[in-house]
Amino acid sequence: MAAYKPVVVQACPKLGERITQDTLYWRGYKTPVQIKEFGAVNKIDFSPAPPYNYAVTASSRIHIYGRYSQEPIKTFSRFRDAAYCATYRDDGRLLAAGSEDGSVCLFDVSGKAPLRQFEGHTKPVHVVGFLSDKYRIFSGGDDYSSNLWDIPSATEIISYSEHTDYVRCGCASKVNADVFITGSYDHTVKLFDARTKSSVMTIEHGHPVESVLLFPSGGLLVSAGGRYVKVWDVLKGGQLLVSLKNHHKTVTCLCLNSSGQRLLSGSLDRHVKIYSTTSYKVVHSFNYATSILSLALSPEDETIVVGMTNGVLNVKHRKPEEKNENSQKKRQPAYRTYVKGRTYMPKQEDFCVSKPVKRVLRKYDKLLRGFQSSKALDAVLEPPIMLHTPEVTVAVMQELHRRGTLRSALAGRDEKQVNLLLTFVARRVIEPRFTPVLVTVADMITDIYQPVVGQSAIVDRQFLKLQEAIGKEIDYQEELLEVLGMMDTLFATFTKKKDTCLEENKSNGVTEIIEKNRNY
Amino acid sequence: SSSLDGTIKLWDFMDGIPIKTFTVGCKLLALYTLASAEDSVFVVIPKKGERDTFQLISVKLTKGAGQELEGKELSVVLDGVGASMKHIAFGREGAYVVSVKDVNLQVYFFKRKLLNRFSLSTIKTKGGDNRFSCVVCHPTEDCIATGHADGKIRLWRNFHHKKDYTYSTLHWHHDIVMDLAFSMEGTRLLSGGVESVLVQWHNESSCQKDFLPRLGSPIEYISMASDGSLCCTVHTDNRITIINSNLRFSRSIQGLIKSRDVKTGLVVDPRTKALVLNGEPGHLQFYSLQSDQQLFSLDIVQRQYIHEAGLKQSDLVKVAFSARGTWLATVEESEEVADPELQLKLWFYHEEAQSFVLNTRINTPHDNHITDMCFRDMDEQGDDSLILVTTGRDCVFKVWVMVEDSDPEALQNVSWSCDFVGSYHNYQATNCCFSEDGSLLAVSFEETVTVWDSLTWDLKCTFCHPPGNIRKICFGRLTCSKYLIGATDYGFLCCWNLLTCALEWSAHLNVVVLQPDPLSEHIAAVSWLSKESSLFVFKPNEPRPIYIQRNVCKEKILLAAFVPRDEPEMISSEKYLWLRKSQLFFLTDTQELITLSTKSLEERLTPSSKQLAVEESIPMTPFSLLLGKHRRQQAQEDMDLGKPVVLTKQEQASPAVKELLHTPAHVLPSASFLCTIFINSLLISKENKSAEEVADEVEMESEKAEDDSDEEDVTAMEQEDTSHMELLGEMTCKLSKSQEKELRKIRKMDYSWISA
Repeated sequence: MAAYKPVVVQACPKLGERITQDTLYWRGYKTPVQIKEFGAVNKIDFSPAPPYNYAVTASSRIHIYGRYSQEPIKTFSRFRDAAYCATYRDDGRLLAAGSEDGSVCLFDVSGKAPLRQFEGHTKPVHVVGFLSDKYRIFSGGDDYSSNLWDIPSATEIISYSEHTDYVRCGCASKVNADVFITGSYDHTVKLFDARTKSSVMTIEHGHPVESVLLFPSGGLLVSAGGRYVKVWDVLKGGQLLVSLKNHHKTVTCLCLNSSGQRLLSGSLDRHVKIYSTTSYKVVHSFNYATSILSLALSPEDETIVVGMTNGVLNVKHRKPEEKNENSQKKRQPAYRTYVKGRTYMPKQEDFCVSKPVKRVLRKYDKLLRGFQSSKALDAVLEPPIMLHTPEVTVAVMQELHRRGTLRSALAGRDEKQVNLLLTFVARRVIEPRFTPVLVTVADMITDIYQPVVGQSAIVDRQFLKLQEAIGKEIDYQEELLEVLGMMDTLFATFTKKKDTCLEENKSNGVTEIIEKNRNY
Repeated sequence: SSSLDGTIKLWDFMDGIPIKTFTVGCKLLALYTLASAEDSVFVVIPKKGERDTFQLISVKLTKGAGQELEGKELSVVLDGVGASMKHIAFGREGAYVVSVKDVNLQVYFFKRKLLNRFSLSTIKTKGGDNRFSCVVCHPTEDCIATGHADGKIRLWRNFHHKKDYTYSTLHWHHDIVMDLAFSMEGTRLLSGGVESVLVQWHNESSCQKDFLPRLGSPIEYISMASDGSLCCTVHTDNRITIINSNLRFSRSIQGLIKSRDVKTGLVVDPRTKALVLNGEPGHLQFYSLQSDQQLFSLDIVQRQYIHEAGLKQSDLVKVAFSARGTWLATVEESEEVADPELQLKLWFYHEEAQSFVLNTRINTPHDNHITDMCFRDMDEQGDDSLILVTTGRDCVFKVWVMVEDSDPEALQNVSWSCDFVGSYHNYQATNCCFSEDGSLLAVSFEETVTVWDSLTWDLKCTFCHPPGNIRKICFGRLTCSKYLIGATDYGFLCCWNLLTCALEWSAHLNVVVLQPDPLSEHIAAVSWLSKESSLFVFKPNEPRPIYIQRNVCKEKILLAAFVPRDEPEMISSEKYLWLRKSQLFFLTDTQELITLSTKSLEERLTPSSKQLAVEESIPMTPFSLLLGKHRRQQAQEDMDLGKPVVLTKQEQASPAVKELLHTPAHVLPSASFLCTIFINSLLISKENKSAEEVADEVEMESEKAEDDSDEEDVTAMEQEDTSHMELLGEMTCKLSKSQEKELRKIRKMDYSWISA
C-alpha cells in the first residue's frame, strides 16, 4: 500500500547567471558612491597602512580620501601639468608621483611640498613605484627609458633605455628588492634587476601593454594590453601560462584581491571582470557607466574604487556582515528535551511499538488528498504562494486538470477571487514554462464567467489585460519567427551544394537552440 | 472446485491432490457450498436452449467409492440468475438464497419454498445506474446487502414479506461496488470498488466508516477469514492483499503484475536479469523469472494515481537500459492525443541505495510522441561513450549525451543534454538501433532506413523496401554484424548488407516482433497470420530459418525478449541449439508470459514436482539435517571424482527415502521393517546389484501398502507405481553403463562440433 504522493512541483533551472559563492561575495557591496574629479582618473592606490586611505591621481592633482569620506582629506596640487601614478610606499608614509614635465616627485603624506624631486626624464613620467627596500624609486617615461632613483641622495642610480616605445606601466617585486618590471607600448614587458646593466627578461605580450602586475609570490606575472590579459610564469623564463580574452575593448588596469585568490581587470568596455587565479575563469563581473581607467581594492576587499575616463570615481563599500540576532535570541529547548527517553534501552521481554513517522504535507497537498479541489486551489491562490512561488500554483492547477476537477474548482467564485485569479493568469500566461497550463485555465475561466461579463468593472479590466498580454505575446512570437526565417536563409547561403543533407540538419540544430532560447 | 468442462472436483488442499471428481455434464459457472448441507453443492449452469439465462441448481454429491463419480441428483433451485459468482449469496445458516440480476432481486426460502421477487425502478435517476453488482447476506440476521453499479450499497430487511420490505442506502463509492463482505458478527461491512479504497461500515450506518485508501488497483473480491482476524482483497492487477481486522495493511502476495497495457515492451535488466515492464500505473516492475517474484517496483511518474474511469492518466511508455544497467531511461506521456505531456527521465543506479535515482528530467524532449529509444551499447568502454537516441513522431531523432557539470558545488556532476538533432525529408522517425560496436546508428523514417555514423553524425546510406513502412529494425550481431534486418508493414522481412549497401535477401512474412539475441547471432521473428502466431528463428547470413514453430499460441504475441541464462545450458537436440545461451519469452495481448522450453513436457514436469514434494514434506528435523548433510557429502564426493553430471546418480540413490517420505505415516509398515531398506539406500552402491535389490524391496513395500490401504490411498499408490516404473527405467539404463558412456562420448563429440 502506497502513501499519498505529494504534488510534484516542477522546479525550473534558472538559466543565465548561476549563483555561486563568488557571486554572493561580490554582490555584497552597497550602492556605489560617485565622486567627481577634475579629469580622467589614471591611478588609484590604497595606503598599505591603516586607516587605508587612498590616493587618486586625476588631472594635475592628487587627492587623498579617507575610508568613508566623500571629500578629499588632503590634496597635492603643486603640479604645473598633469600628475601620474601617485603610489604609496609600503609603510604608507611616502607618496611618489610622476608628472607631465618629466619630473618624479616624492611627498610626505603629512606634508604639502615635495620632499624630493627627481629630474632626468625628458618626457612625461607615467609610472613610478617604490622598490621593496623602501629606499629606491623606479620610474618609466615617454622617453622610452626606465630609471632607478635613490631617495636619500635624490640621484639617478641607473637608466635603462631598452624599450622602443612609451613606458606606461610597471611594478616592483615584493620578494626581491632589486627586481622591477615595466611594460611598454612596444608590446613588451621587461624585467630589470638593479644589479645588472640590462634587462633580465623580455616578454612579448603582443599588444601595447597597459598594465602589469606581479603576484605576491613573485613567480607569476600578469600583463594586460589590447583585449588580452596574459599570465606568465617568470620562474620558467617567461612562459605563457594562460591568455584571457574576456573583454571586448582594451584592458586598462589590473588588481589582485587581498587574498590573492581573485584577479580583477578593468577595461574600456565598462566592465570589471573577476577571475579565479586557480582556474582563470571569470567568476563574476561588474558593470560601470563609462570606460574604466583605474581600479583598486582595499585590504580585506572592504572597498572597490574604480576611476573612469570622464573623471568619476566610483566607490563601493562592503555591506557589514549581517548578524542574525533574532535566531540567537530565540530560546532553544533544553538539552534534556532532546535526550528524553532516547537513552532508554528496551528490556528483553518488552514489546516495542515504534512511533509512526509523521509526514508533513503542505496545505494544498492535504486538501488534494481529501479531494477538496476548490479549497486546494484557494490554498495556492494565497498571495505569498502566488507571488513568490508561482510554480506551486501552476503545479496544483495542473494536478487538478489531470484529475478532471479544474473546471469545478474554478467555478463559483466571487468577484474578488476571480480578479485574483485573472491577475495571476494575465501575468504568468506568457511565461513559457507556465503557458500550456495557464492557457487551459484561461480558456476555462472565460468559458465559465462568460455569462457574467459586464457586471463587474474590475473583472472586465482584468479580462482586457489578459487579452492585451496574449496579443503582445503573439506579436512577439511572430517577430521571432521572422528572425528565424531570416537566419535560416542566411544559413542556407553558407551551405555547400555537396552535402546538402548534412547542412540541413545542422541548420535544424541551430533552430532548435534558438527555439530553446525562446522557450526560456 | 468446478470448471467449465462440467466437473466438480473434491481436493485435499493440504496435499494438493484431487480426491474425487463428479461429472455434471454442462458448463459450471459458479459453485457454492453450505455448511448446513454437506452432501450437496449449488452450481450455476446455463439454461438449456436459452442464451444468457442461467439457473442455480443443487447437485447431490453421492458417497460412492472410486474416483470418477457422476453427480446425478440435480434439482433446479432458482431460475434467471446472474452468471457471476458475486450475484448469488446464501443467507443465515442456509435458510434462504438471494440472487440478483440487473435490477431484480430474488429471495428463495428453502424451508417454506417461498420465492420473493423485488425490483428497483429501472429509471436512471440523475444518470445513475442502479443495477445490482453484488450481493452478500448477513451471517446472523435476516439482512441482505447489495452493491450497485452507481456506487450505492443497499441493506434489505424484512424481505419475508412481499410488500413490507425495507431497505436503507449507504453511499460512498463513486463508481460500481465490486464486492461486499460482512464481518463474522455482522457488525462491520466491507466494500470495495474501482477507487481501490477498502471501506468499512460500522453498524450499517452511513456516518460511521473507516477507509483503507490507496491499495494500488481496483478491488475485485473481498473475503473475510472465518475467525474474523484477517481479510483479504483480490485486485484486478493479479495481486492479493492481506489486511488486519483493524484495517491495517499486513502484506501482499504478488507475482507478475498485470498492467492495463504493456507499452514499455519486455526489457531485460542487465544487472538482475529480471524482466522489466509496466507494473502498477506509473511504476516499472522488475520481475524475477527464476523466482516468479516481483523484485521491486520503481515509481517513475511519481504522481498520485487517481482511480477513476475516463481520466487522462500519464503512464510509462518507453524504457531502455544501458549495457551494464547503470543508466535507465524512461519516457512517460499522458494519454491525451493532442498534448502528450512528454517527460524523458534518466535514472542512475545508486550502488549504496541499491536502486535507481533520478538524475535528469527533460520536459517535452520531442514535440510529439516518442516512438523508440535506445542506448549505445558499448560494454568495454566507460560511461563516457554512453549515448541515448530517441526518435519521435515530430520527424526528428535526437541524440542525448552526458555532460559533466563544471560547477564543483553542484549536487550531481553529470547531467544529460541534447547533442544532435537529425531528420530525413521530414518523415516521422519510427525506430532506432545501434550496431553492436556502436559505430553506426540506424533510424527508420517511415519507408526508409537511414544509417548514420555515430561519431560525426553523417548520413551514410539509406535503405528502402517499398511499399510499406518499416515496422522493426535491428542489426546482426557477432559474425553477422554486417547485416541490417528490417520488417515492413507490408509483410516483408528484409536483410541488407552494410558492406555492399544492397539487399541480401527478403522474405514474405508478416513480422510483428523482431528480437535479436544479445549473446548470439540468432534473431527471432514472430509473425501473426490468420489468428495464430508463429515463431521463426534465423541467422542474418542465410535466409533459411533455423527453427520454425508454427502456432506458438492462439493469442497475438506482442512482445518478446531474450533473457540470458546464467550458464549455457546443455541442449541435446539440435533443434534447440539456439536457446543455449538465452531463453526466449513472449508476452501475448492477454498479458500471458510464455517461454519456449528445450525439454519435453514430462522431462520438465517430473523433476520439479518431485523436488517440490520432497522439499515440502521434509520438516527441519535433526534427521533431515543428517540426510541433507549426507547428500551434500555425496555430491561433494562426486565433484571430487570429477564426474560430469551427478544429478542422475543423486536421484537414484534415494528412491527408498522418497517413498518413505511420501507415504503417510499411518500406512507405513513398521520401522524395523523399513530400517534395512533405509540403511541400504544410504549406502553408496558400487555394484549394480544393490539398486536391483532396492527396487525389489520397494516393490514389496508397495505390495504391502496395497494390502492395508483403504480407498483413500488410491492416489498414493498410483504415485508409487509411477516411481517404480521410473526406477525400472533408470535401472536398465544403469545396467548398460558402458553403453551409456559411449553415448556420452558421442554427445560430447556432438557439442564440440557444434560449438566449433
